[in-house]
Amino acid sequence: MQEEPGAAPSGPGLVERYRVRQKAGGLVAPLLTLLLAFLISGVVVLATTGSFADTGKTYRAIFRGAGLNWFFEVGHHAVGLPFSHARVWFPWNTNDISSTAAANLEQTLILWTALVLTGLAVAFAFRCGLFNIGGNGQYLAGSIGAVLIATELPHLVGLPGALLAIVSVAGAALAGAALAGIAGLLKGTVGAHEVITTIMLNWIVVWVGSYLFDIGGPLQTKAAGAAGAVPSSADVPDAAKLKVFWGDPLLQGVHVGIFLAIAALVVYTLTLNRTTLGYEVRAVGFNAEAARYGGINVARNYFVAMAIAGGFAGLAGALDVLGWQYRVDITTIQGTNVGFLGVAVALLGRNRAVGVALAALLFAGLSTGTASRNLDPTIFAPGVGSSLAVIIQGLVVLFVGADLLVLIALGWLRRVRARPARQATAAQGAAP
Amino acid sequence: MTAVTQLATRPRFAGVAALVLGVFAALVALPPIGVRSPVGPAVLAVVALAVGTAALARGERRLGWYAVSLAVIGFLIGYLATRSSVGKLDAVVAWGALFAAMLRYATPLAFAALGGLFSERSGVVNIGLEGMMLMGAFFAVWGSAITGTWVLGLLIALGAGAAMGLVHAFFSITLRSDQIVGGTAVNFLALGITSYLFFKLYGQQGTPSKLSTIPDVHLAFLGHGFIGDFLGRLNILIWVAIALVFVTWVAVFKTPVGLRIRACGEHPRAADTVGIDVYAVRYASVTISGVLAAAGGAYLSIGFGNSFTENMTAGRGFIALAALIFGNWRPFGAAAACLLFGFSSALGVSLQTYSLSISTLFTALPYVLTLVAVAGVIGRSIPPAADGRPYVKQ
Repeated sequence: MQEEPGAAPSGPGLVERYRVRQKAGGLVAPLLTLLLAFLISGVVVLATTGSFADTGKTYRAIFRGAGLNWFFEVGHHAVGLPFSHARVWFPWNTNDISSTAAANLEQTLILWTALVLTGLAVAFAFRCGLFNIGGNGQYLAGSIGAVLIATELPHLVGLPGALLAIVSVAGAALAGAALAGIAGLLKGTVGAHEVITTIMLNWIVVWVGSYLFDIGGPLQTKAAGAAGAVPSSADVPDAAKLKVFWGDPLLQGVHVGIFLAIAALVVYTLTLNRTTLGYEVRAVGFNAEAARYGGINVARNYFVAMAIAGGFAGLAGALDVLGWQYRVDITTIQGTNVGFLGVAVALLGRNRAVGVALAALLFAGLSTGTASRNLDPTIFAPGVGSSLAVIIQGLVVLFVGADLLVLIALGWLRRVRARPARQATAAQGAAP
Repeated sequence: MTAVTQLATRPRFAGVAALVLGVFAALVALPPIGVRSPVGPAVLAVVALAVGTAALARGERRLGWYAVSLAVIGFLIGYLATRSSVGKLDAVVAWGALFAAMLRYATPLAFAALGGLFSERSGVVNIGLEGMMLMGAFFAVWGSAITGTWVLGLLIALGAGAAMGLVHAFFSITLRSDQIVGGTAVNFLALGITSYLFFKLYGQQGTPSKLSTIPDVHLAFLGHGFIGDFLGRLNILIWVAIALVFVTWVAVFKTPVGLRIRACGEHPRAADTVGIDVYAVRYASVTISGVLAAAGGAYLSIGFGNSFTENMTAGRGFIALAALIFGNWRPFGAAAACLLFGFSSALGVSLQTYSLSISTLFTALPYVLTLVAVAGVIGRSIPPAADGRPYVKQ
């Protein structure tokens, strides 16, 4: 954080007080950011709908579209216990046919899985002082890697049970790690800025992927029924698909990959805070020169941090492909923004596991809640709602980056409150 | 004999000669020369390789490596051309049309890259070029539709770009937030705002079909030869872009104002000490970058085409940024990079005659080139010293 010169009065200074507020759960700034973003986008909605009542109605509709109202629909229901045929009492309705909220929530959770991982991909690099804007490319490298392994490996060797899925997921994470590793390596060896290299790698993956699976591409599926549809890869075999435990696999249900995302959150925290590797990564991120002076190999840490970050994003791609997409198509390759959303998730989540989990829930809910098929078309025309979500995301990223905005706001409040003390403060601040 | 002695004594001359030979290794097999035997390209490539290696051995490293790689690429292109049918070759390699297409694809990139040059030379990293272009693209269409004339449409687009530039400037200069995060936010915001307005105003029908678009300049006296095909029917904004390269060079490198901009990008404290208002210079530069990027976007929507579609810039702002880096933050370097990217786009499109998928793969080339360039394999790109660093007045 930038020190504000001239703002070092007697007693607890502005900067210190701001720090205290940050320490109080670190919640003030993110919540303020969110509030501001929703208020400003509320103005947009107000301008569109024309009344305060409709603005409230719109936000409520987005909330319902995300399926978050599911938690408030408590009733008398039953749920099947895993690994048995027993059914027991459960407060919520898990039947997505009788409950729209359940169906919507499934969508949100599927997206949450991917956003947690792409968010971690950005957050982990951030902790090493790197801005990984290549989440999209690494995500796609994971998707493509998973599809390639899952469809081609069975031709070479027969793998029993769930091993094919495990190998595919691991391979995909490696693919993402390798791609991001290039950027880390270039940063460490020749000092090429990771923002530029990861952006370039994003587009290289997009176009190489398009080449592979587009019309006439070497890996485009020629399967019957694929004609006329969006050009895509072959479908992954059933053995490689992740088990869907909530909802209908044909209509995209919540798959076991969500537990991998939760595990990744734990791994992220443990790696950073409880291992030598994490210590070195944080040291480099805090001050690369000091770390170098302390005997830490900075170049190696850049590579490792980017590779781990890419691994997270690659994992996200694999889980999406094996969990609900079952193939890679051209629309996804050229249109996905899961990796970019990861930037917003990490920024809002302040690079902490809990923060990332919550921010991912917010953005996943925002995206599914405003999607054309979930949002009530009488409230917002198709397309308008999802654009609103992008505006809110943009505002969040804009304000999250501006710590100083909070500082200025607090300082302004303080000055209004303590006008007489201002002169003395300024005099002291100017003293050397 | 003099040329031969020069080859031996002056490595720089040898390097340039090897480059030219490498280009000719490809050219002999292409129309209008059209040698049909692979021996032609092979002989030229081998000579180019030898001369290039000689230059390399005598210490002309950068030029030498360029020449050696060009010799290999030249031979590959030449060889492939001799394998292709003459009819297809003539269709793909129509030089006049190809060069005109190169300019058409390079123009939006050039506007944005020159915009980025102002911003980054003053010390503000501008990842938000993409978003600023997108704003220009949408508001050009909107302005042209409601005012009925492209001139006002273009002006409104420039205004929208300036507004986006000001947002970026406010957050990165006054609030000193991370400039890359701010630029990312600008991209999100622009995508959201333009899509929102697009769906709200034009819905599923798309933008109005009868739109006042930026006209082409017809130069009938150039005839129908190579020059006529190349320069005979180019959009006004293409000529503006070409002029702008020179204007930018003069403005940034030959005027006191330009010196101030560069001073703020290299050493803001020193600039401040001699009385330059760093904040004002940076604000102005970032706003100019928004205006120029928006001009590139406007060219896309009402110059090159006549409509707006969601996210129509499709990463061009990022390519422009790459061109800027590839061109070492210099106007002519950036323009050359834009032409290279434009040419590869034009060639990619015409390669569809052979195969759609090869043409798709070809699209990845500019990005690979940029990656190689920033990796320092062929010359290192060095940004302005204070690029990306917020300045705190003392």
